[in-house]
Amino acid sequence: MADSTEVPIRESETPTISIAVDFYGGLHTLFGKGQHKLAIPAADKSGNPATIGFLVTHLCETKMNDPRTELFVLDGHIRPGILVLINEADWELEGEEAYEIQSGDNIVFVSTLHGG
Amino acid sequence: MTQRPGPNSVSAHVDNGEDVPDSGTSGASVSRRLTEEEFDRYSRQMIVPGVGKDGQLRLINSRVLIIGAGGLGCPAAQYIAGAGVGTIGIVDGDVVEVSNLHRQVGHAASRIGMKKVDSLITHLRGLNTLPTYVPYTFHINPQNAADIISRYDLVMDCTDNPATRYLISDICVLLCKPLVSAASVQKSGQLIVLNCPPTPQGRLDRQYAPCYRCCFKKPPPPSSMLSCGEAGIMGPVVGMMGVAQAGEAIKILISALHIPSQDHSIPLERNLAQPTLLVYTYELENAVGPYSFRALKMAGRKKNCFACGENSTLTLEGIQSGTPNYEQFCSLPSPNFTLPPDERITASAYHGARNRGEIPNHLLLDTREKEHFSFGSIDGAVNVPFGKLLTKAAAIKREGGAASDILPPVEESDVAEDTPIFVVCRRGLDSQEAVEKLKELGVNNGGKRRIVDIVGGMKAWKDEVDPAFPWV
Ligand SMILES: [Zn+2]
Repeated sequence: MADSTEVPIRESETPTISIAVDFYGGLHTLFGKGQHKLAIPAADKSGNPATIGFLVTHLCETKMNDPRTELFVLDGHIRPGILVLINEADWELEGEEAYEIQSGDNIVFVSTLHGG
Repeated sequence: MTQRPGPNSVSAHVDNGEDVPDSGTSGASVSRRLTEEEFDRYSRQMIVPGVGKDGQLRLINSRVLIIGAGGLGCPAAQYIAGAGVGTIGIVDGDVVEVSNLHRQVGHAASRIGMKKVDSLITHLRGLNTLPTYVPYTFHINPQNAADIISRYDLVMDCTDNPATRYLISDICVLLCKPLVSAASVQKSGQLIVLNCPPTPQGRLDRQYAPCYRCCFKKPPPPSSMLSCGEAGIMGPVVGMMGVAQAGEAIKILISALHIPSQDHSIPLERNLAQPTLLVYTYELENAVGPYSFRALKMAGRKKNCFACGENSTLTLEGIQSGTPNYEQFCSLPSPNFTLPPDERITASAYHGARNRGEIPNHLLLDTREKEHFSFGSIDGAVNVPFGKLLTKAAAIKREGGAASDILPPVEESDVAEDTPIFVVCRRGLDSQEAVEKLKELGVNNGGKRRIVDIVGGMKAWKDEVDPAFPWV
């Protein structure tokens, strides 16, 4: 599933990588829907490989249709209270924001809930 | 409150939670015959493969603490009581309100105003008189938490705020209790089994189950947090999570996984040392879409965890004397600004000025969500939901365009460049931010136009002007 690319890859010099990004716990409302198949640039503007940190900025700039970015990012980092899972594993085990994204990766963002 | 121990009951008689026996032995297998009533009542569940008489006796000899008698606690308690858990403690300081009844299925219209704990126990006794019910008609706090939790074998977190969730988890780590935790707001739900099988704080010689802090290291800032009272909650969503919580608790008790122990004779059916976080998303906008359940694999106990990790300094004594400070931990400063007085007007002053004809021509923007607006609004108010307003403001900043486009379409002749704008929201926070945004975009026409916040929002309108206003 994660390998199929619904987003047409643009004719451009920047190579892209196909990933699946999922949002849960209310975050999906910031991005229009919960499940996204994306083709993201394989490298940032300085030519460094795309990391989770880069993905977060990229999502804010291109996919967020709600201006309240502070619900997703605070001080340039994922805001506290959001779990990040990389291919079903806690991102702490993968190097957090420094993790270099691979083609086919599934990145999951979950906002933790407290109501009851 | 009096309890009625079942016939041949092995649990001690308890009164208001004072004399529940210390935990530690109740999970041990107690062999005895089932009474005729027990046999009849529990037969349908006992014949399920994996339960049997031994499983049923484990439930009967178990003590479960349900913290929170609301949207999660009510459905959870029904199944815990129905299954025949021997001692059921319930903690909650709130009273039943009519707005609870769409989801809090253990209460009733006839018990509005009653303590939720007493109301729920009334309901549970109607289902099953055999368990011993222990009421705690107050909120759990750092001073009473350890004393209450120490009397039980398993804890179910059915509460509604992060400070209490961190407190409950910390106590469960220190007292070696498994914790079944669920949460739900609006159209989302979550569930996870923590600290199970329970392992003493600081042990890391192999993989152990995580605690709440291992999984959720930091609370979200209060500004991004939604409560059921503010964001709303769908009954079946929170109900589903509460029922699933009961299911997990019953599995743990039947399998005797709640007993702190090094080796378990019963093989683990799944790896609880790396539990899954169940996330449920309920789509109202996409009614024909697929069910959205997902089980996310979580990591085990973390070496650097503040509560259960290697060099943790967390103690029961510390918690009782105020360290850590849970309220402070969960209420990091948020940008709560207040506009200067000349940009604000009280609801009653606005109402008076309108009645006296002092503001014949003005715009009134109501920035509540459209669902709230649909119940009622001040005459002439135009709905511009806050999120939409921010989106438009961001688009204008980014792409340019007329700032006046942010205003609702109105007759040109009605709006002059000095026509004042009043902004009202639900409680008076969003409206202040909206005033700031509109000024930033130049909608105030260089100061020719006043843009004014109505202090306290529609809540204040209800309190000061129109008591019959349908405010949610
Ligand atoms: Zn921990």
